Amino acid sequence: MTVEGLVDLLGARIVNLADGERVLTAGYCGDFLSFVMSKAPEGCAWFTVMSNVNVCAVATLADCAVVVLCEGVTPDAALAEKVKQQDVNLVTTGMTVYEAALATAGRL
Amino acid sequence: MSETRIHQEYVVSGNNFASAGSASEEVKSTLKKIGVASSDIRRVAIAMYEGEINMVIHAGGGVATVDIYLDRVEIVLADKGKGIENVELAMTPGWSTAPEDIRALGFGAGMGLPNMKKYTDEFSIESEVGVGTTVRMTIRFG
Ligand SMILES: Nc1ncnc2c1ncn2[C@@H]1O[C@H](COP(=O)(O)OP(=O)(O)O)[C@@H](O)[C@H]1O
Ligand SMILES: [Mg+2]
Repeated sequence: MTVEGLVDLLGARIVNLADGERVLTAGYCGDFLSFVMSKAPEGCAWFTVMSNVNVCAVATLADCAVVVLCEGVTPDAALAEKVKQQDVNLVTTGMTVYEAALATAGRL
Repeated sequence: MSETRIHQEYVVSGNNFASAGSASEEVKSTLKKIGVASSDIRRVAIAMYEGEINMVIHAGGGVATVDIYLDRVEIVLADKGKGIENVELAMTPGWSTAPEDIRALGFGAGMGLPNMKKYTDEFSIESEVGVGTTVRMTIRFG
């Protein structure tokens, strides 16, 4: 599934879609940035509730295909700005992390 | 296989989260440009980001020096921060002195130093309370 496909599946709201065609390889759920850095697989959809600017650097360094902010969380102004500068895909959904991961599971 | 290909130095400013990670991002994009394997780039990115963030949140900033060779990357992270009282304890997975406001940003898992050791081929840390901390890491390619 592509990032665009995930957006449709979740009915997610787009904050920045730099590469909607990127193919998702895996999923990862978590908020502590050290865990995400070392464990999120390259090309994954990262489901999180973290909404500050550091999310962008971690998504870039871990090479996440898309950041999915769950639970109705919205990015703070610095994050929304930085994902645009850095061409990082970031979307939001009202689903819980569990619901979003469950909806995606087995369909990547 | 030992001549330096690229030498980079970055001043990492303390408590500045808008720019935190930018040195690591630049190193990553340099390695990508010169064709280093993505699994090696990933190890460099993890180790350098954790070290860079530690200087930002625990040491009031510092200097990152990166030397890229044909077969490896050497990273030195030097700060004049408060130092680490008990390095062995600091290396314990999950051990962190990060305050609540820093944890709220997603830091403070206490996995930075353990990950730096785990993902590098050589790792050493020298620290003196009130003087500062120097971390040296080598990541060999392949
Ligand atoms: N450069 C540094 N200067 C001072 N203290 C440090 C430094 N790096 C690490 N520490 C100390 O070691 C602890 C563990 O570091 P780390 O494993 O990266 O976990 P975390 O950064 O999540 O707290 C930190 O909480 C801090 O007390
Ligand atoms: Mg740390």
